[in-house]
Amino acid sequence: MSEKPEHFIIDGKRLDGRSVDELRPIKIEVGTLGRADGSCYLEWGNNKVLAAVYGPRELHPRHRQNMTRSVVQFRYNMASFSVDERIRPGPSRRSIEISKVSREAFEPVVFTKFYPKTAIDVFVEVLQAGAGTRTAGINAASLALADAGIPMRGLVSACAVGKVDGELVIDLMKEEDNYGDADVPVAMTADGQITLLQMDGHLTIDEFHEALKLAKTGCDRMYELQRQALIEKYGKESMIDTEDDGGAPDGDIDE
Amino acid sequence: MAAHRTVISMSDDVMVEIQRDHLLNLILKGEREDGRAFDEFREISIKTGAIATADGSAHVKLGKTELVVGVKIQPGEPFPDTPDKGVLITNAELIPLASPEFEAGPPREKAIEIARVVDRGIRESKSVDLEKLCITAGEKVWIMFVDIHMLNNEGNILDAASMGAIAALLTAKLPMSQYGMGEDIPLPIRDIPVAVTVVEFGGALLLDPSRTEAAIASTSLIVITNSDGSISGMQKSGSESLTFEQVLQAVDMAKAAADTIREKFLDV
Repeated sequence: MSEKPEHFIIDGKRLDGRSVDELRPIKIEVGTLGRADGSCYLEWGNNKVLAAVYGPRELHPRHRQNMTRSVVQFRYNMASFSVDERIRPGPSRRSIEISKVSREAFEPVVFTKFYPKTAIDVFVEVLQAGAGTRTAGINAASLALADAGIPMRGLVSACAVGKVDGELVIDLMKEEDNYGDADVPVAMTADGQITLLQMDGHLTIDEFHEALKLAKTGCDRMYELQRQALIEKYGKESMIDTEDDGGAPDGDIDE
Repeated sequence: MAAHRTVISMSDDVMVEIQRDHLLNLILKGEREDGRAFDEFREISIKTGAIATADGSAHVKLGKTELVVGVKIQPGEPFPDTPDKGVLITNAELIPLASPEFEAGPPREKAIEIARVVDRGIRESKSVDLEKLCITAGEKVWIMFVDIHMLNNEGNILDAASMGAIAALLTAKLPMSQYGMGEDIPLPIRDIPVAVTVVEFGGALLLDPSRTEAAIASTSLIVITNSDGSISGMQKSGSESLTFEQVLQAVDMAKAAADTIREKFLDV
């Protein structure tokens, strides 16, 4: 692991040249996986994550089915090679907790009542980790759910706020995450309903108020990028049903 | 107690549905089923030193919720990235003895979340001075195992576990004599983090949810505050969203409750 930097912010610029309220570079691609009902690949700083959605589909074992709604299942997983020191494959206590709070970040927005007895499965795979994997996973999962056509109240957007050198900053990079004074991952809808909130570190109550406002700034920007990614995939005229014309039954009748 | 047996055979889910409307109506009138105010805790009792075989322990009762936290401390290898720091390991066991809905086997999501949030409070507040728990840098440090053992679940396990963990640590001793290192000494504790769960139900925010309240309220915010009023951990848990205003109000409620708990029950 790298050494703790002496300063995180020099002349208003962070270690990677960003200002305190600037996000790392983001690349989003919707619908990248063939077998999944919905998918998304997202790069965010040094993070590379994939999200896939399957369902609504039958939930097994049957005793886990809910007669009145669909059950959202979320599996966050890190590839063993995604961090410097290889991690043992399979669920860890950390990944089980992240899976739980990530699932709960989507339960408020998914219209589960439309699909009783089914499961909506969300899988997030972290291929390369570079601080903020849970927020990256949620942003990708949000688009994968949209790509799968799952009805939702809206997209969920996530971003972390932290504190370094006594200042609040958004979207922590690795050094800020490892050596910073606080980390507050937040997920919310575009209208500001908070669906995920965690915090560790040290903040005064006033700083926390400020952090929550900054998180909204970050989530708003992420929302805009997510929207653009969906428009990129589905907003073009050529996307609408032009490929199926060859199979139309009319025209061949008097053959 | 035995009188409850007949209802327990009915699924708890069914009971929850039946009670939901009743509790919601009460909330709208500003009342709770047991007559408490929204920000009122049930009776708290913390007995430290309950287990002689542990290096630190606390028997916590929060109303009828009951658990024991035991701390065991032993020398062991440090983590490679913190060669000069002691190690804190927190675990929670929701054993089947404590509730019909708990099952034997490895900890599940709920138990893992409880353990990790309690751990986060102690760790992030830097309550235990881990640097003072180094014996030989890179080779040997003190390893603290904080084990939360549920005895009776009547709701709000997390707050009881948090109180129990810090109470047990506050009274724990490093077992120096057992390892031929001199006299036993108290653990170096610098702060008293207290976790308080705030549940949202029918638009209202409540503290110290009973078992029925916890089952009905789908969402909570856990806030861990320190002696100086700062926050060292937070976790939204549950399937609904919270507004900005609810989060900020929950933080204030949790801080006020934590200050009282710290002063009344954790003053050593």
